[in-house]
Amino acid sequence: MKLYGATVSWNVTRCVVALEEAGAEYQIVPIDFATAEHKSPDHLARNPFGQVPAFQDGDLHLWESRAICMYVARKHKPDLLREGNLKESAMVDVWLEVEANQYTAALNPILYQCLVSPMFGGTTDQKVVEENLEKLKKVLEVYEARLAKHKYLAGDFLSLADLNHVSVTLCLLATPHASLFDPYPHVKAWWDGLMARPSVQKVAALMKPSA
Amino acid sequence: MAPMKVYGWAVSPWMARALVCLEEAGVEYEIVPMSRCGGDHRRPEHLARNPFGEIPVLEDGDLTLYQSRAIARYVLRKYKPELVKEGDLEGSAMVDVWMEVEAHNIEATLWPIIRHCIIGQYVGRDRDQAVIDENLEKLRRLLPVYEARLSVCKYLAGDDITAADLCHFGFMRYFMATEYAGVVDAFPHVKAWWDALLARPSVQKVMAGMPPDFGYASGNIP
Repeated sequence: MKLYGATVSWNVTRCVVALEEAGAEYQIVPIDFATAEHKSPDHLARNPFGQVPAFQDGDLHLWESRAICMYVARKHKPDLLREGNLKESAMVDVWLEVEANQYTAALNPILYQCLVSPMFGGTTDQKVVEENLEKLKKVLEVYEARLAKHKYLAGDFLSLADLNHVSVTLCLLATPHASLFDPYPHVKAWWDGLMARPSVQKVAALMKPSA
Repeated sequence: MAPMKVYGWAVSPWMARALVCLEEAGVEYEIVPMSRCGGDHRRPEHLARNPFGEIPVLEDGDLTLYQSRAIARYVLRKYKPELVKEGDLEGSAMVDVWMEVEAHNIEATLWPIIRHCIIGQYVGRDRDQAVIDENLEKLRRLLPVYEARLSVCKYLAGDDITAADLCHFGFMRYFMATEYAGVVDAFPHVKAWWDALLARPSVQKVMAGMPPDFGYASGNIP
């Protein structure tokens, strides 16, 4: 399996976490944005929107990190999706969507302002950071209540929903807001548990978020 | 078997996403209407169903689900698994890809246009043409990819309709009611795909509950 993109991208490393957890054999093929490689005909054949990550398994070309993660899980570690069980898979789907639409939706602008903008010589818009920190704290309150009742988000089993949080949360640690989870003990325990996983340790080493 | 319950307001494009899948699934369900302007979604009884205070929420027996795409997947997996290509590794991956494309590109681009072109006038918000234009530009860059895709297959994930197509319905419904429908019409295969969706009984049924002005002009404020 081939994963195209740079490991500085949290969308790319979202897929690396899934690939590692699934125990799949894969290689990361860097795509050079500086030379507009992502708009080259070769890359557009992999992802017609010219973005990363893109993914290849034999003749199958996929894009969108969460779709890639689902495919990898379905193929190599279907237990992460629980698709044989209607209720459990439904809870996985709910929390997969919550990750995208609540958690990462609030975290993305913070990561962009704190990590990406400075990388390109821009400034950090503190107003955007503050607004989204407030949103994220409200989300974390819900997570705290959930994780007080269940070991993991979808239930008492690890699922792709938990794993999809890892790459963006690793980036959060490189911002001035690394202690954001401290007031939420169950969230912190959940995160510490994820951090201890070999797959997550490997991805943490791979990522080079700028601070 | 008790019918499924869907909580929310039928004019919501997110609600529509869930409803069209329920219709396609042919399953018995009832809408439990809620009032957005009345703040029903922020009341404790609703927060008990969805701690994020949003709609739609689906109740199926003792299972309570939220997030419209999660509801869509559950309903289809239970009653019409071919619409998520269950059991087909490559097919289900393509459904997932195009559901994600819709989530991160289409909804994000169409909603600001809809808010400014349709809703704004009823809620005292000035129309911001710059926001509209910015999102139209994004849409104009997305549609050629859709056009190319729909030139080689009838639907987004292949030659059969799937959840990926259905998930586009709600936001497309309102965008196509704005003065900018021509932006989509300019792409013949996208237009044909949209017309095919509109012809489906499931879509027509759900659309009947979605007046193009969200109900504002007739006093049915959501």
